[in-house]
Amino acid sequence: MNSDLIVFLVLSLVAIATALGMVFSRNAVYSALYLVLNLVTVAVFYLLLGAPFIAMSQITVYAGAIMVLFLFVIMLLGAESLVPSKALPWQKPLAIALALVLVVEAVYLIISRAQPGLAITAPDASVNTMENLRAMAMELFNAYLLPFEITSILLLVAMVGAIVLTKQEKVGKGS
Amino acid sequence: MDWVIWLEWVLKGLILCLLLLTGFAYLTLYERRALARIQIRVGPNRAGPQGLLQPIADAVKLIFKEELTPAKVYKPIFLLAPVLTVVPSLIIAAVIPLGTSFMLFGREINLYVADLNVGVLYLASIASIAVYGIVLAGWSSNNKYAMLGGIRSSAQMISYELSLGLCFVIAILLGNSMNLNEIVDAQRGMWFAVIQPAGALVFMIVTLAEVNRAPFDMPEAEQELTAGYHAEYSGMKFALFFMAEYQKMIVICMIAVTLFFGGYREFWFLKDTFFSVDAVWKIGSWQSQAWFLGPIYLLLKVVVLLFFMIWIRATWPRIRYDRLMAFGWKVLLPLSLLLAFITATGILLAQELNNQLFFWSIPVLSIISTLVAVAFIYRDLRRKSHGRF
Repeated sequence: MNSDLIVFLVLSLVAIATALGMVFSRNAVYSALYLVLNLVTVAVFYLLLGAPFIAMSQITVYAGAIMVLFLFVIMLLGAESLVPSKALPWQKPLAIALALVLVVEAVYLIISRAQPGLAITAPDASVNTMENLRAMAMELFNAYLLPFEITSILLLVAMVGAIVLTKQEKVGKGS
Repeated sequence: MDWVIWLEWVLKGLILCLLLLTGFAYLTLYERRALARIQIRVGPNRAGPQGLLQPIADAVKLIFKEELTPAKVYKPIFLLAPVLTVVPSLIIAAVIPLGTSFMLFGREINLYVADLNVGVLYLASIASIAVYGIVLAGWSSNNKYAMLGGIRSSAQMISYELSLGLCFVIAILLGNSMNLNEIVDAQRGMWFAVIQPAGALVFMIVTLAEVNRAPFDMPEAEQELTAGYHAEYSGMKFALFFMAEYQKMIVICMIAVTLFFGGYREFWFLKDTFFSVDAVWKIGSWQSQAWFLGPIYLLLKVVVLLFFMIWIRATWPRIRYDRLMAFGWKVLLPLSLLLAFITATGILLAQELNNQLFFWSIPVLSIISTLVAVAFIYRDLRRKSHGRF
């Protein structure tokens, strides 16, 4: 057994365990922390596949920025110790059905794609160089320029929306 | 030979950690002495010659102090938070090159722990997870003051991380690489602080906020929050926060030196002289590459930058919180965005038109834009001197 496989197996266990921990934690802060661990584990998966750029971006963006904001909101609202409200009656069966569909789809895809030529392999070492970064940027800003810009506009709209919703009315402040 | 590589890594990591720990101990002494001098006092000078044994006395005191764990804390996180604060401050130093390389037992030993191709991104990602320790310490203490400190720090660090990232972008553009070794090599001819002085200045300001130092030490503003996020910590657990803060100071100065002040290299005008790290020293029959100059230069530069941090702490009052956020979002972020734009455009124009004049427009334009930003702040402060920023 080569060392990559061992690392992969251990990491998979960690990833699954942290994902389960996230779902089953009673405390929202613990859930968020499990999610952080999960995201870091995924970043290590990227490293294993020879994509350090994506791994580091994953840690910076998800574990470093987004999850800190999650924690921020949870703590600020004091939501970590909320009593769980009564679940909607149709929620549980629906969740189980959807999860089953997902599992069936995943299994089908894995079985249908599990042929020697189609397996996903790690990209070659050229990913690690600055040239690759340049190639990625070229691809992003040439072939995928429109989706990229649309994404940025989407984020801008969300930001403007948040500001509009939270802006205090200036009426009556003159007193 | 496999295990030798492992041994080399472990030894290098261990030596780096020990260096940072010693640096932390003596930085506290350095800070206290320098602060005392600025305030016309003497400072600690009783333990050992010039107070040199003071850090040891402090360490012994902290180890024997009583450790209290308040009853209503979230215990696992409460215990984990100091560790989560210290670890990033240690591992972030792994990619910083301390010098060139030397031969030992027939092996070439490079003076860095890891040569990462995405070194700058590594710095960014570790800096971004460093906030967890403080946030979790604040939350798990189950104390309103501590939690306010933690929340402040998370908001502050995320806000200033944007400008920090853009300063990284400036260094990446100038160095044409994300590898810190290559960035240092690219500064052989000219330090990036000369090409992009405003970028270096913004970086220094932002790093002050990132390590929660005065005048941005909001998370522990004592007159508002008692001691902020570490109000409930005592003994060695408190010492870990203390340690993390000072190690972060050292490391962030090392990063600033690496990205903008030539790293372990000499002054750019000394590059082909006796003082260069690439020079070969000959004394009689003994001949060696001057690799040992690298760590010395790095240390000297770090000590100078640390003095600026201490100086700022001694002379500047703490910024009010809303002004701190306004400064980060309304001044530093647009300014650093503009600086990155100026840098990219200057490099591109110089390359395309083959004219070095465009390249030297980078420092000129960036200084002008900084002055404009300062003028805006000045006008804003004059117009409503006691209102919101």
